[in-house]
Amino acid sequence: MHDLILKNVSFSYPGGFLAVDDINMEIKAGENVAIVGQNGAGKTTTVKMMNGLLRPTKGDVLIGDMNTKDYTTAQVSRVVGYVFQNPDDQIFHSTVESEVRFGPKMMKLEPEEENSRVEEALKITGMDKYREENPYNLPLSTRKFVTIAAVIAMNTDVLIFDEPTAGQDMEGNKRLADILRILHKQGKTVITISHDMEFVSMNFDKVIVMAKKKIVRTGTPREIFWDMDALDKAMLKQPYVSRVCRALGIEGGVICIEDAINEIMSRENV
Amino acid sequence: MAVVIECKDVTYYYPLTEKPAVEDLNLKIESGKFYGVVGENGAGKTTFCALLRGFAPGFYKGELKGEVLVEGKKTIEYGGELSAKIGYVFQNPFTQISGVKDTVFEEVAYGLENFGVPVEEIERRVIEVMKMTDIEALAEKNPFDLSGGQMQRVALASVIVLEPDILIIDEPTSQLDPEGTESVFRIIKALKDRKKTIILVEHKIDLIAEYADEVLVFEKGHLIKSGDKEKILSDISLLDRGVSLPQVAILGAKLKEKGFPLRKIPVTEDQAVRMIRESLKEGKQDA
Ligand SMILES: Nc1ncnc2c1ncn2[C@@H]1O[C@H](COP(=O)(O)OP(=O)(O)OP(=O)(O)O)[C@@H](O)[C@H]1O
Ligand SMILES: Nc1ncnc2c1ncn2[C@@H]1O[C@H](COP(=O)(O)OP(=O)(O)OP(=O)(O)O)[C@@H](O)[C@H]1O
Ligand SMILES: [Mg+2]
Ligand SMILES: [Mg+2]
Repeated sequence: MHDLILKNVSFSYPGGFLAVDDINMEIKAGENVAIVGQNGAGKTTTVKMMNGLLRPTKGDVLIGDMNTKDYTTAQVSRVVGYVFQNPDDQIFHSTVESEVRFGPKMMKLEPEEENSRVEEALKITGMDKYREENPYNLPLSTRKFVTIAAVIAMNTDVLIFDEPTAGQDMEGNKRLADILRILHKQGKTVITISHDMEFVSMNFDKVIVMAKKKIVRTGTPREIFWDMDALDKAMLKQPYVSRVCRALGIEGGVICIEDAINEIMSRENV
Repeated sequence: MAVVIECKDVTYYYPLTEKPAVEDLNLKIESGKFYGVVGENGAGKTTFCALLRGFAPGFYKGELKGEVLVEGKKTIEYGGELSAKIGYVFQNPFTQISGVKDTVFEEVAYGLENFGVPVEEIERRVIEVMKMTDIEALAEKNPFDLSGGQMQRVALASVIVLEPDILIIDEPTSQLDPEGTESVFRIIKALKDRKKTIILVEHKIDLIAEYADEVLVFEKGHLIKSGDKEKILSDISLLDRGVSLPQVAILGAKLKEKGFPLRKIPVTEDQAVRMIRESLKEGKQDA
């Protein structure tokens, strides 16, 4: 299995803009982690280095015993799959099924293996019902699931989802939560970037906060969402129910509706 | 208030489709109001926007039944003038970027240039809007060398700068951090205070509850609710129809279910805090 380690990693874009400044990060094999933080903090840049799309200008990105420096992007992307922030950067085929089949096909698997991966990926993302559709006739939010299916079908040990919650409705968020749970059960390492504080508070054990090219803090949702200083630095907010509780003077680390109900009811009965 | 846009028995089919994306729509949009458009993925929100702006059927083709009137005139009878009346922010910011400009500053100025606005005025307006949307620091960057959220801010800025009377804005905060999201709502509110008509599609229902005047709820191509936001967003039964409701409304409903005394279902954070605080106080006095 592959632990993911970033050691003193920096990245400058061609032209010289420094986007990530000397960060250290460790994600254990099988962990389910969220990355949150300010626009432009360097989240996308960081995860693109994990999948070999970008190479650190300083430091090392280690995936298990692979140093991404010594491998091609194609090699790294067989271990770490990346779902782009903008689905339209990723979609090149005229049907959903051919889009999802492309990755496994390139791997030259046995036909049964190829088929079963495609079917499984279509099924867990709910995209099986659109298999013959042109992805561009689907709403953007659904197109995102097409790209998620395409990456799942690659069956990599590590999967990275860049802003999958953007533009999703309730149902979409539920489906995402299910997908994360399934992948976690399969022992995959999953890294999700999101700006949806409710979603993050409900679906992850570990949260990495980034701001201004750096990591601000790593912790559990309960720690992060009551660390006002870290939240401020990263332009984040508490989940709504935490905000309500805080305004009521209930500071018991509330991060979800159930917590809030318990705390409020316990005060009613005193 | 004056009606600026009206939909009369509107049904619309994308090319080669058998099911309409919007069906039997009747609606009046009043001048100077802020409408929040909500509903499930695929419900027809973007199609609705495209209809108001005339992109459907103008650009997408397909078949339109009924009429969409902007200031009394059918959208299909307008030429280019609609682009001056209605500002339109696309759902995917990546498609809004013109691709012909090398810097963010020029990108934001592009529309004004096309409208033949004098250079000094362009500069003044662009600088002001870049401040407002917090993208000043990006002025010299290439519009394609931006993070997702930065690009979304640029897309919004490049439309706001045109100061159209009507703004149709399709999910402008989907890529934004929470602070940036709230600031966009504050900007839109400020535009409304300047008498602009706003049609905003959003999944961030808690902020719609806070800022919009009226809510339009779409489900499977149909407008199923429209009107006062408090009434609609406190209707818990909508959850079962896939419509998301504010977190505080869900909290309120669940508290009530457990016997906690609340006068009604709150829809904004302030209301929730006030109502819960009152109830807790009364509880103490009774005891
Ligand atoms: N191709 C590029 N060339 C130069 N600078 C870039 C390029 N891509 C991104 N940047 C800059 O690098 C910084 C980090 O961008 P990145 O996309 O990693 O941010 P992010 O944390 O993912 O933000 P968001 O939440 O908005 O997606 C930003 O300031 C951005 O302007
Ligand atoms: N260009 C197109 N061609 C064919 N069908 C389309 C096209 N664009 C949208 N549709 C279909 O029309 C319906 C309404 O889509 P629309 O994009 O308006 O939904 P939406 O409410 O904006 O969804 P979302 O929240 O995902 O943005 C969907 O069933 C969609 O698949
Ligand atoms: Mg990003
Ligand atoms: Mg849409």
